[in-house]
Amino acid sequence: MNNSLKQPANIVVWVVLLTMPYWMGFVGGYTELATRILVMALGAMALNFLLGFTGVLSFGHAAFFGLGAYGAAMTIKYIAPSSMLALFIGVLVGAIAGALIGALIVKRRGVYFAMTTIAFGQVFYFIAFRWNTVTGGDDGLNGWHREPINLGFTQLDIYHNPMLFYYFVLVIFAVSVGIMALLLNSPFGRTLLAIRENERRARFLGIEIERHIWMSFMVSCVFMALAGGLYALLNNFTDPRALRFDLSGNFVIMAVMGGMRSFWGPLVGAAIFVALQDVVSSHTENWMSVIGVVFVLVVLFFPRGILGLTRKANNS
Amino acid sequence: MSGNSKLNIRRRNLLQGGLVLGASQIASPFIMTARAEDTIKIGWDNPLTGTYAAPGKNELIGAKLALEEINAKGGIAGRKVEIIVEDSTSGDAGTAVQKARKLIDKDKVNFLIGNVNSALAIAMAQVSNEKGILHIVPGGHSDTMTGATCHWNVFRVCNTTQMEANAIAPTLIKTYGKKWYYITPDYAFGHALQSGMEKACTALGGTKIGGDLTPLGTTDFSSYLIKAQSANPDVIIFLVQGDDMVNALKQAVQFGLDKKVHLAGAQQELENLKGLPPEARVGNWVMEWYFDQPNVPHVADFNAKVVKASGYVPTSRTWFGYVGIWTCALAAAGAKSIDAAKMAKALQDFHLPPEIALCPDGAFYRAGQNQLISNLYVGKARVKGVKGPDDLFEVTSVVKGADVAGTLEESGCKMTWPA
Amino acid sequence: MQLILFDVFNGLITGAFYALMALGLSLILNLSGVINFAHGGFLALGAYLSYTIMPYTGFFGALLVAPVLTAMFGLVIERFLIRPLYGRDPLYSLLLTFGLAYIFEDGSRYIWGAQSVPYQVPAYLSSPLSTEFFFLTGYRVFMVVLVALAVGALFYVLTYTRLGMRIRAGTRDLETVSTLGVNVRILRNLNFGLGIYMAGLAGALAAGLLGLQPTIGTSLLMPSFVAIIVGGLGSLPGTLLGGLLIGVASGLTTVILPSASEAIMYVMMGLVLLIRPRGLMGEEGRVH
Repeated sequence: MNNSLKQPANIVVWVVLLTMPYWMGFVGGYTELATRILVMALGAMALNFLLGFTGVLSFGHAAFFGLGAYGAAMTIKYIAPSSMLALFIGVLVGAIAGALIGALIVKRRGVYFAMTTIAFGQVFYFIAFRWNTVTGGDDGLNGWHREPINLGFTQLDIYHNPMLFYYFVLVIFAVSVGIMALLLNSPFGRTLLAIRENERRARFLGIEIERHIWMSFMVSCVFMALAGGLYALLNNFTDPRALRFDLSGNFVIMAVMGGMRSFWGPLVGAAIFVALQDVVSSHTENWMSVIGVVFVLVVLFFPRGILGLTRKANNS
Repeated sequence: MSGNSKLNIRRRNLLQGGLVLGASQIASPFIMTARAEDTIKIGWDNPLTGTYAAPGKNELIGAKLALEEINAKGGIAGRKVEIIVEDSTSGDAGTAVQKARKLIDKDKVNFLIGNVNSALAIAMAQVSNEKGILHIVPGGHSDTMTGATCHWNVFRVCNTTQMEANAIAPTLIKTYGKKWYYITPDYAFGHALQSGMEKACTALGGTKIGGDLTPLGTTDFSSYLIKAQSANPDVIIFLVQGDDMVNALKQAVQFGLDKKVHLAGAQQELENLKGLPPEARVGNWVMEWYFDQPNVPHVADFNAKVVKASGYVPTSRTWFGYVGIWTCALAAAGAKSIDAAKMAKALQDFHLPPEIALCPDGAFYRAGQNQLISNLYVGKARVKGVKGPDDLFEVTSVVKGADVAGTLEESGCKMTWPA
Repeated sequence: MQLILFDVFNGLITGAFYALMALGLSLILNLSGVINFAHGGFLALGAYLSYTIMPYTGFFGALLVAPVLTAMFGLVIERFLIRPLYGRDPLYSLLLTFGLAYIFEDGSRYIWGAQSVPYQVPAYLSSPLSTEFFFLTGYRVFMVVLVALAVGALFYVLTYTRLGMRIRAGTRDLETVSTLGVNVRILRNLNFGLGIYMAGLAGALAAGLLGLQPTIGTSLLMPSFVAIIVGGLGSLPGTLLGGLLIGVASGLTTVILPSASEAIMYVMMGLVLLIRPRGLMGEEGRVH
């Protein structure tokens, strides 16, 4: 166990993230792009908890992202103007949906699990798309915005100050990632890895596979919904595209591109994907082809992802 | 064991990850430097992909033409003008908003243009208003944009749905009958358009004898069409748009409905008519601009330029984009400044010069609402083009925008200006 | 009453479409374990190819040739992009076809434009058969007949030809088939082509009814997934049944509550998963 190497790596990640808004401008970015990267990275890492560390492929995770987004948006619009309450409700909604759907599908594996998650994901898309009076339908939910946070002694104006909002997201990101890391290093996390490596053996060892997969699915959904809530706050807006299957696919490619077997892989993948999309779509209207080609190239030539690539080199 | 080691992050992994991260972003400053510092920048945040790609592209053709003309005449405030084009996608408001922020924060644009999709336009308006940037909406029709949710900095070129409804209703009542059945897309735009049509219809003594709200993106309209037919109306009013319009008309004609009932609607676009097989090019509609206006000066010249640039005649979308960009230049000239508030003031009741307005009665931005009032073209679709293959619409009457726009009070806009 | 009758008929037409799509998907999924996300893209390709060659071949010629061309394109894609992924985590083939779907959509927009193109069916097909049953248009009846023929032919091929028997055997136990001397690579290639042929045919037919634009396949893809799950994974007759069932269900829902016409499919899927997880006709051993 290379614990000695783990610390410097973590430090680099955190230094990069802590300083990102300051150098983003110099490399052609802008603060909102940095925030978007963080939010998408949280989503990709949440997905990867299930995909990379439990070995279960969900291709419908945008549903939980979108539920978090709608939960947050509708809370501010209809219930109370509080960003924290909005995030809480968003997570709650995502968790409940995750629990129910997870229970229906945990018995399935592989492609069949993936296919069922895709189909279930679309249920929520259609609800958001069709239920105009509540969700705003295709027009989306607007006419609200994220609210400043009252700490009692002072107020954090995350609405008007994008830099402050970045650090607000970063704090939430840090806490979430910390919890996921703790879970993965706990006996629970080791059990998940055992399931990933050899499900049959794990079953013989008396591990309750379905229950563990269900729990892992839940963890993944909770943080996905949190990312979704943050995404809604970032845009001051949400619409049905936030839970469509294309977005699910994007999260999977982020995780795979960065390296789904490494903890920080999805962060790297998300950073590249979001930045690439931002840059390419500003240069050509055929950006869809470019993104499509990236998918194909990653699958054919970098299936282990960028961090996986270096790991292989290190091992040899 | 094997699992745990996978959690360790080695330093090299991370460094390399960081390098890639950096490299992927170094790509952009190179464009930044390519842009001259002293140009006036117009941010274009409009669909190039998805459902609204066709109207979005036509608006861009018009915009580029306007840009050429403006630069040929010396630009804005003596500075060269450039358009920075971003694909807003057709429905992803997250992307549209992100692009708007990018254009304003990173590219430091002086103007923001967009969007075909009213929902995205409204979301973008929230951003442009927050940042105080002059924002022109070329082609998003939702009434609230220059109504209940109007902003001092947001100006709209295309009409409101109510104006379109008011323009066509009299013709339909007089010529085809008073019993109407609606096929309406089930979202804000459709609801607004239907209530506009109902209002106009009732005012003229007509009645609604039924209607269906069809989900956006409906591919099979047959159930609705059969229902409509059994209600025995005089006119079936199609308020669906884009692909839905193409699907609905194609199927209506296959059922032979055009031979039994009159088919009509409000907003129609040349883009749709071109996508229909000839036998399905039927019905009465409103166009917001039409290229065949032989008696209006400058139109022939405009048509020729667009044909030269794109190979096709201009549609109303082309004209929206053209007017949108010219509005920026005219606002700056009128205000003698590129300060957004001053330009917005200069545009109040501003009349476009005839070579931009390109319609018989001229066009102006109504004060207190920021809505362009121009002409509307009522007529019917035709199977085959008369003046060229794209001449698929026969204008029967040209309506003055001012006659159908309603009063300022009716629009519901209460404009507040920055202190 | 007539209205309900019509909606059942209409649901069957929609269902036939879903089934045609879903059968192609199912063939590929069963033998190769690949969820073909680009199936909707192949559908669009079939439709556009048919549109492009129609001036030279006529409507029926295009209907005959376009699906074959689409299938040939499918063979090439399988050979060079999908074959390297067999034996790897199904995640990768899913991502690859997902990326292909992006490229297909963008490619069709690049070649044929964003605007819908006018796809014309012969005049005698695009009118009602009789004034009493005006909802039975020639084209709709023609479509149903053609889909029925195509599905019949597919089941004939699978049951009575050597290729079909090998495909079915391979679906159950690929290893044994391989040891028996069957070239599994070629088998999978041809099977993929067969699946894509169905997509191409669905496209050429759909364009007569729907506006032909780059996203024409997208709205048909998801219902096809649902059809497979409802019918039972691994069972082609199940897929057919699933497609027709959700077609009729959503057709009937349109009368009562249009905005729920899609939701009803997913409700059915949820119920099936809850009550009979392997699907209506799924086999016991293949619960996965």
